[in-house]
Amino acid sequence: MNDMIEIRWHGRGGQGAKTASLLLADAAFNTGKYIQGFPEYGPERMGAPITAYNRISSSPIRIHSNIYEPDYVVVVDDTLLDSVDVTAGLKPEGAIVINTVKEDEEIKKSLKGYSGKVYKIDARKISMETLGKYFPNTPMLAAIIKVSKIMDENDFLNDMQGSFKHKFAKKPEVIDGNMKALEMALKEVKEVK
Amino acid sequence: MSIRERLSGNEAAATAMKQINPDVVAAFPITPSTEIPQYFSTFVDNGQVDTEFVAVESEHSAMSACIGAEAAGSRAMTATSANGLSLMWEMIYIASSLRLPIVMSLVNRAVSGPLNIHNDHSDAMGVRDSGWIQLFSETNQEAYDNLIMAHRIAENKDVLLPLMVCQDGFITSHSIENIELIEDEKVKEFVGKYKPEHYLLNKKEPIAIGPLDVQAYLFEHKYQQAEAMRRAKQVILDVAKDFEKMTGRKYGLFEEYRLDDAEIAIVCMNSTAGTTKDVVDALREKGIKAGLLKIRVFRPFPAEEVAKALSHLKAVAVLDKADSLNGVGGALFEDVVSGMYLNKNTVPTVSYVYGIGGRDTTSKEIESVFNDLMEDRKKEKIENPYRYIGLRKE
Repeated sequence: MNDMIEIRWHGRGGQGAKTASLLLADAAFNTGKYIQGFPEYGPERMGAPITAYNRISSSPIRIHSNIYEPDYVVVVDDTLLDSVDVTAGLKPEGAIVINTVKEDEEIKKSLKGYSGKVYKIDARKISMETLGKYFPNTPMLAAIIKVSKIMDENDFLNDMQGSFKHKFAKKPEVIDGNMKALEMALKEVKEVK
Repeated sequence: MSIRERLSGNEAAATAMKQINPDVVAAFPITPSTEIPQYFSTFVDNGQVDTEFVAVESEHSAMSACIGAEAAGSRAMTATSANGLSLMWEMIYIASSLRLPIVMSLVNRAVSGPLNIHNDHSDAMGVRDSGWIQLFSETNQEAYDNLIMAHRIAENKDVLLPLMVCQDGFITSHSIENIELIEDEKVKEFVGKYKPEHYLLNKKEPIAIGPLDVQAYLFEHKYQQAEAMRRAKQVILDVAKDFEKMTGRKYGLFEEYRLDDAEIAIVCMNSTAGTTKDVVDALREKGIKAGLLKIRVFRPFPAEEVAKALSHLKAVAVLDKADSLNGVGGALFEDVVSGMYLNKNTVPTVSYVYGIGGRDTTSKEIESVFNDLMEDRKKEKIENPYRYIGLRKE
């Protein structure tokens, strides 16, 4: 069965796009899937545009190349919309989800006539309200789960609770905030019309 | 029951090393293999292994420390990439000529210059004639399995040669993927205790290792190394059989994928083989009889077996992820065609250099190679047998 889903992440160095792609791979792995999660390494530095990828499938994944025709694209930083062709190769039956507060019309204009579904989320607001700091990757992770429907939302939340417990074993005080960020993000993803 | 996990290729290599629990690990960090000694030093710190970890000041010292440790009678491992291996070069030859079965995890990366930290096979190709056994790995799983098998091969008394397990830098080393791990106890039992026959710390047999080898001896010692390398082929197969009994995973000198009835085929190594398998399946659906031969054991090179496996084809493309800059063709291409010639296999064969310095190799590009072969098979003489994939011409 070939049900492979391919996701491309666009972010800036330091925003956690790579970590988000690895967390997504983890979550999908825990639902029994075959997964790939890998960043495209360039000259790494804070603030530089970076790309990360996910493949998720019910059968073993053998391909080892970057993703050129993704089903979904996640944009962690909307300042990239001016400099990176984020919809390049994106399938029209797929979708793009962007962290932004821009008006719908303005978003549409910057996507070069992409005909598929477009979603937006204010990850900064969610992150500041729940974590008190700007970590856009946690809300964006929930947003792509919501948009791509690759797993049940409750299964996802339960799984992430476990992951955070492990990941933040030495600072358990941030677990609740991260869980709240996920829950809020699942509710606040909006389709751009 | 095996353990279902998800690990990067570097995590997989470090996990294998943890389960092997060698006496000594000496390593110096270099991208993209840095994580291996990094994870391993954590295992040491947490008391999960009994290993003496030697944090050396250079790769030359890393290999020197492994040589000292192994000669003393202990089991030694290291990990490196590209220029790290270049800096070891002097000691690489000493390790193999002293017949010390050191095991290295080599995470393949382009050798400078200009500086490039990304994947190709120029590091491994630079030491292909140094007397090390070289195993290549398509996935994190194969990098792990090859390491678990490594000591049994290297330490076999018919072999006694160092061994490196290669995997593609970043492409597999930094990609999180599914993997089946073997239980610690089973690995321990499979790898076994290291019992060297001759070693420096044996009070009952005082010996010297590696003194002057004059005109009267060096030739014979090199011959013995060559013989050991020839014998390694059978030992690799024997160990693979035992490994299959334990895990159900089958390994040979190379993997044939839909090659039996193929008319055209690609020969390649490491992660590109996975992409090629997908392309082979897609072409088969269109009625094109494509196949793959993936080299696992590059040293010793299974020339006769490869020539035989390719003998029924109508055209073959050999993909090299390092350009030999010799005016003739890539190292794998040369080995394949010379093996074919000696075994009277005259199938038209072409060389493709690809993926240099981390240039991504796509399914479309692999498909274009098969398309080229569909044309080549009709020709009496192949023009331009030295080709490139994904090279910008402007």
